[in-house]
Amino acid sequence: MAKFETPLLDDLEKGPWPSFVTDIKRQAKTKPELEDLLGQLELSYKDKETHWKHGGIVGVFGYGGGVIGRYSDMPEKFPGVAHFHTVRVNQPSGLYYSSAYLRQIMEMWERRGSGLTNMHGSTGDMVLLGTQTDQLEEIFWELTHDMNTDLGGSGGNLRTPSCCLGMSRCEYACIDAQNICHDMTQTYQDELHRPAFPYKFKIKVSGCPNDCVAAIARSDFAIIGTWRDDIRIDQAAVQGYVKGELTPNAGAHSGRDWGKFDIVKEVINLCPTKCMSWDGNALKIDNKECTRCMHCINVMPRALRPGVEKGCSILCGAKAPILEGQRLATLIVPFMKMEPPYDECKELLNKVLDWWMEHGKNRERIGELIGRVGMREFLKAAELKAIPQMVKEPRSNPYIFWEEADVPGGWERDLAAFRKKHPL
Amino acid sequence: MAYDPKNPMKDRITDIGPRHYEEFMPPVIKKNFGKWLYHEILEPGVLMHKAESGDEVYTVRVAAARLMSVELIRDALNIADKHCEGYIRWTTRNNIEFMVDNKSKLEPLKADLKANPMFPIGGTGAGVTNIVHTQGWVHCHTPAIDASGIVKAVMDDLFKHFQSMDLPAQVRIALACCLNMCGAVHCSDIAILGFHRKPPFVQHDLISSICELPLAIAACPTGAIKPATVDGKKSVSVNGPRCMFCGNCYTMCPAMPLMDAEGDCVVIMVGGKISNRISAPKFSKVVIPALPSTPPRWPETVAAIRNILEVYAKNANKYERLGEWAERIGWERFFEKCNLPFDVKTIDDYTLAYDTLRTTTQFKFS
Ligand code: HEM
Ligand code: HEM
Ligand code: SF4
Ligand code: SF4
Ligand code: SF4
Ligand code: SF4
Repeated sequence: MAKFETPLLDDLEKGPWPSFVTDIKRQAKTKPELEDLLGQLELSYKDKETHWKHGGIVGVFGYGGGVIGRYSDMPEKFPGVAHFHTVRVNQPSGLYYSSAYLRQIMEMWERRGSGLTNMHGSTGDMVLLGTQTDQLEEIFWELTHDMNTDLGGSGGNLRTPSCCLGMSRCEYACIDAQNICHDMTQTYQDELHRPAFPYKFKIKVSGCPNDCVAAIARSDFAIIGTWRDDIRIDQAAVQGYVKGELTPNAGAHSGRDWGKFDIVKEVINLCPTKCMSWDGNALKIDNKECTRCMHCINVMPRALRPGVEKGCSILCGAKAPILEGQRLATLIVPFMKMEPPYDECKELLNKVLDWWMEHGKNRERIGELIGRVGMREFLKAAELKAIPQMVKEPRSNPYIFWEEADVPGGWERDLAAFRKKHPL
Repeated sequence: MAYDPKNPMKDRITDIGPRHYEEFMPPVIKKNFGKWLYHEILEPGVLMHKAESGDEVYTVRVAAARLMSVELIRDALNIADKHCEGYIRWTTRNNIEFMVDNKSKLEPLKADLKANPMFPIGGTGAGVTNIVHTQGWVHCHTPAIDASGIVKAVMDDLFKHFQSMDLPAQVRIALACCLNMCGAVHCSDIAILGFHRKPPFVQHDLISSICELPLAIAACPTGAIKPATVDGKKSVSVNGPRCMFCGNCYTMCPAMPLMDAEGDCVVIMVGGKISNRISAPKFSKVVIPALPSTPPRWPETVAAIRNILEVYAKNANKYERLGEWAERIGWERFFEKCNLPFDVKTIDDYTLAYDTLRTTTQFKFS
């Protein structure tokens, strides 16, 4: 017998999509606090308002992040969720797991928490939802001692870096996204656990410009794989696509009849730089003009592959609209080789972080700081040379803040000599 | 050895980071790491990757509600133990992937997955995959709407597109339950956003005893909160027209609640993308400023999304993402085709507004 009637939630047990209500109800049989969670959630469905409050910082000793405090605003009615804190667990790069490892975490979470999780939070962490303050140190102990696993980040610090699955199972990967992500996470442990930043800072790594982890939209420091030589072409396979022997788009469009594959219409004409040509026999690419958008490769993966001189582009400053408006990350380094231990990349990141820590206002993301003081200051701090690849177009106003050193003769002038020429 | 509350620093381990990913990769993945040649989607939800060595790995992708119990995760692990040598992975959009190294193992795996309605197979190619979303009423203190319930209602409705690849291009849907946008909905083909429309009210009799007033004042990103004295007690006042409804004040101070069943609403944004394919990444744009928040199934939101998706599916060219299609036909035509009213609230007046106004005599008549 359920503790609370949940007619509104029960409606969400119908339909083909997996139902979280059905799932939580089953788990509630052994984790009675979830009865209270369902009761409170049903009340929110009735009231159309949340019943959680924040109020109070919780965490594990010595860490400034990784735990988010959460309290019910109706603790008498729903005592099982009076305290219902979140623990963020740092995910392994690429989100592969062995069942032995996950079972260990699940066993711990059933014992010390609610038995409810998010697989995964939007930053990438495994999110364990719902425990009490007195369990936090115990959980941290078991994670670190028995599972060799650490907490992730929250608050004004480095957030848990994340990546796509990269070279492990994707032929497009131009960099080892998982290794870079893991290495960066380990290098910046202090920044991850001990808030010293004006606000959050995210690093995301995608293996190619398809950008499956949304690095360009969601990270302060986006590392996106690319190449700088020629797309590799297998002309026989191109013929295979043209003759209909191979399935274009790796089958991604096969649910509708789009007609016979037409290489001119679907590839040559859609190439954004119009750098491809097809004479009926051979596909040619003017690689110097290619901007590596991935379209042709996505359409004909068996015929085209990224080049062999691989590395990454680095973009900086993406964020959601709050507060100074949304930003996509902007290009700061067109190409960098990425070999362990990634020193060049880390040196750049350190310069960027130092500058932001010195000049960023409270709750100012790095993209907003760049917006406030300008790329010029940013490039100076990052010791990067301005190049045309950094802009869509040059400025359309001439209001340049010239510096004295840039102007012949400086700003000091001889008044007497001036007045001799121009009497008052 | 266990945690000793009397001696918390003894044998403490910190700063070890996550487990190394190599421990968790199935043997065929480990062996062919970085040596993949190509892939093929054999049917919706089933991928085959071919390696230079000739090895193949078959992946079955299934949906999961991001909110998952320990027991349900164990159900998935049981399948992974039985078929996949005890390995499993999650995708960046809350789907689960089961991998086998031989085609002969594929059908038995699929059969076990199909036997469990909690693991529907799909989510590949030119269709609708899982929705990236945030916490909502199940765990956050500032949501204007629920998250998991709306996701369930929308995906129930669009389920056919999860299991087919019949759209012009992939359609990525995201949901965030307040404007903090933990789910980063700002670059999605279709975004569902919860929005408060009433500034916080202030509980003057209690605020000075339960909140640190300077913290509440400093929390406001727009400077809308000022110190005030009400009935002889220290309190704050809120400048309503300056409030952007972010809930930061409520985070600092429970005496400043802002949620409100009548005021809280759903915003629909469309046309964003992340991939650099063909056109550059784009932001999502507001096309419906407010729909009512109507649990348990939010029918207005579900219908609005279905309408936009269907009009897009019918009209866009192959490969065109929703935003690319809207730009090609013009946003004025988008509103007409989708039969959406245009409202002054759809015109930007925030920080980057000018970029979105029309500065040419070229436009289409409706
Ligand atoms: C044919 C070309 C493509 C291939 C082979 C490909 C490959 C992959 C792979 C291997 C994953 C799993 C990655 C992970 O979860 O860590 C993935 C997921 C994803 N990719 Fe791509 N990708 C392609 C094109 C694109 C494009 C053009 C976009 C963006 C517009 C994109 C966006 C995504 C997203 C959002 C996910 C998460 C999918 C989910 O969990 O359902 N991909 N893709
Ligand atoms: C001022 C802006 C923001 C505030 C005040 C804020 C606040 C919060 C709060 C209170 C939670 C806890 C929800 C819970 O109880 O589990 C949360 C969760 C989270 N936030 Fe934010 N957030 C902000 C912006 C963002 C942005 C822009 C992102 C990502 C791009 C983000 C990523 C996350 C993630 C990954 C979680 C974990 C839970 C989830 O995935 O839903 N947050 N945030
Ligand atoms: S970002 Fe590129 S390399 Fe990474 S999974 Fe997506 S398509 Fe593959
Ligand atoms: S990657 Fe894009 S720009 Fe380069 S040739 Fe292919 S379609 Fe053209
Ligand atoms: S989007 Fe807003 S309401 Fe939703 S989890 Fe994030 S902070 Fe909470
Ligand atoms: S909701 Fe946000 S903008 Fe409005 S008063 Fe509170 S802190 Fe300020």
